[in-house]
Amino acid sequence: MVDVTFQPNNVAAAGPAKKRSGLHAALKRKSTAAFLMTLPLIVLIGILVVYPAFYSLHLATLNKSMQRFVGLGNFQFLFKRETFWLVVQQSCIFAISAVLFKALIGFIVAHFVHNIPAKGQRKWRGMLLVPWVIPPAMSTLAWLWLFDPSYSAFNYTLSFFGIGPIPWTGDPNWARFSVILVNVWYGAPFFMIMYLASLKSVPDQLYEAAAIDGANWWQRIWYITLPMMRNIIAITTLFSLIVTFANFDIVRILTAGGPLDHTHIFATWAFRIGIEGSDIPLGASVSLFMIPILAIAAIFILRDINKRGNES
Amino acid sequence: MASTVVIDKAAPTRPVKYGSMSRDRAWALRWSYFFLTLFAIFSLVPPLYMLITSLKSSAEISAATNPWWVFHPTLANYVQLLTSNQFQRFFFNSAMVSIVVVTITMLISVPAAFALARMRFWGSATLATGVFLTYLIPDTLLFIPLFKMFATFGDWTGIQLINRWYVLLLIYPTLTVPFCTWIMIGYFASIPKELDEAAIIDGASWFQTLTRIFIPVALPGLIAATIFAFTVSWAQFLYPLVFTTSTDQLVLPVGIITTLIKGDVFNWGQIMTGALLGAAPPLIIYAFLMDYYIAGLTAGATKG
Repeated sequence: MVDVTFQPNNVAAAGPAKKRSGLHAALKRKSTAAFLMTLPLIVLIGILVVYPAFYSLHLATLNKSMQRFVGLGNFQFLFKRETFWLVVQQSCIFAISAVLFKALIGFIVAHFVHNIPAKGQRKWRGMLLVPWVIPPAMSTLAWLWLFDPSYSAFNYTLSFFGIGPIPWTGDPNWARFSVILVNVWYGAPFFMIMYLASLKSVPDQLYEAAAIDGANWWQRIWYITLPMMRNIIAITTLFSLIVTFANFDIVRILTAGGPLDHTHIFATWAFRIGIEGSDIPLGASVSLFMIPILAIAAIFILRDINKRGNES
Repeated sequence: MASTVVIDKAAPTRPVKYGSMSRDRAWALRWSYFFLTLFAIFSLVPPLYMLITSLKSSAEISAATNPWWVFHPTLANYVQLLTSNQFQRFFFNSAMVSIVVVTITMLISVPAAFALARMRFWGSATLATGVFLTYLIPDTLLFIPLFKMFATFGDWTGIQLINRWYVLLLIYPTLTVPFCTWIMIGYFASIPKELDEAAIIDGASWFQTLTRIFIPVALPGLIAATIFAFTVSWAQFLYPLVFTTSTDQLVLPVGIITTLIKGDVFNWGQIMTGALLGAAPPLIIYAFLMDYYIAGLTAGATKG
């Protein structure tokens, strides 16, 4: 369609160019111009994203001094370590429960915001999105201070209700809870905004028809809201699953993997081994374990994009 | 009829003036406000607590009085940080990196998005999908190979890039360019074809079509992409932590965490002040350009 429309222009441009040089004509051609415009993008992605991704596959097969090829030796070594399995377990617990709670809270809050009169919505939305706007490294510092073992403001408040001092970051299970809590705090607003946008696109007539038919609030959510929002729920959850699985800032600052490596996830453990422990190949092997979940999510997202592309 | 209403008004119970449906709605509204307030408190406690602590002196913090109240407000923490050369250096590095990265991002992604959205060529559809896929590759997967790559590059050419703040100018675009290109493709694709066809008929070149038609029309998208690129580069924590170590090369988030936390001594008043100052630029942008911010946020997943 586009090519046909622009054909006259191309012919006109090629006419005088023929007299000068072939190079000039090539530059005037549409595909050449388009290629030149995308060249910086291709170079950047090729050198700084695609190449390192494959390079880390190569790195993972070297020994610590990076002079000898050890094949799958690094992985064999990892599988024998107890800490590795702890990290696998914690990464799954962390990502799945955090995404679940983010989605749930986002869904509920989006409904509440949608419920109130339109002119007040902007104000509430503005307040509720603040956690997403603050750089996570900075807000996690505030949480670290709220969780401080001796001056915790939470424990101070809870002591009025007779609840004893909670070791927020000191006890393995509480530390796991704390990193998930901070992640939920940071990520729930994103879900809220996405769900709110999609709630607004559900036609009111559907709800009116349901109300006339005598549907209660649960039936309205189950038979109207959820089916209408299915696409956005799926894609937001997949996005968030990737980002949460690859999280670094929050765990690194809040617990740095402690106590006793119980809150390490793949990214923080890879950093500990690869950069702090200078065992680059082993660190690369650890971070490679993020690929399966990425691949699964990417396949689903791609399928969704293609489907929508065909519809339009 | 009127008399019943009057009697009802005098009675202690609620007037039965409304139908049951609007009464339900009134209660739903009340519950909505109640839970929204709870969630707003949950959202705003950490930033407010930053502010409260930043106004306290170290003596007041260690006295362990009510942590939620400032008894002797002081701006000493702000004065100390803002006059410290080190902190000014962090701020300068952060601002420099973010601004240059935003410029680089726009220079790369706007022409690329234009080409991918309008000038169909061999492999353009695959490339557009590929751009989106690279956005899904997280920084935590790439930092180790990138670190090794730059170290090797330094050994080969003698150009030292590790522990220099400008190495971040090379790395940050990998985070910003794919997403910005992706949302700009969406915005450009939504511009009616008649507009650029008219421009071409009038004799405009491709470059003129981009600068005279596409950029002005897609300006909201451009602003959203700029905001995104700025917030991402300002907030990035992992790459500067890996690639820079000397205090004069650090950017703000890493600088605050590595220099203000000294061993076991936590000067919380200053840490919270630094964190608040570090969070201020994105918050200010957000306060003034909230609609663009949200447009960019939702465009990523809804534009396909």
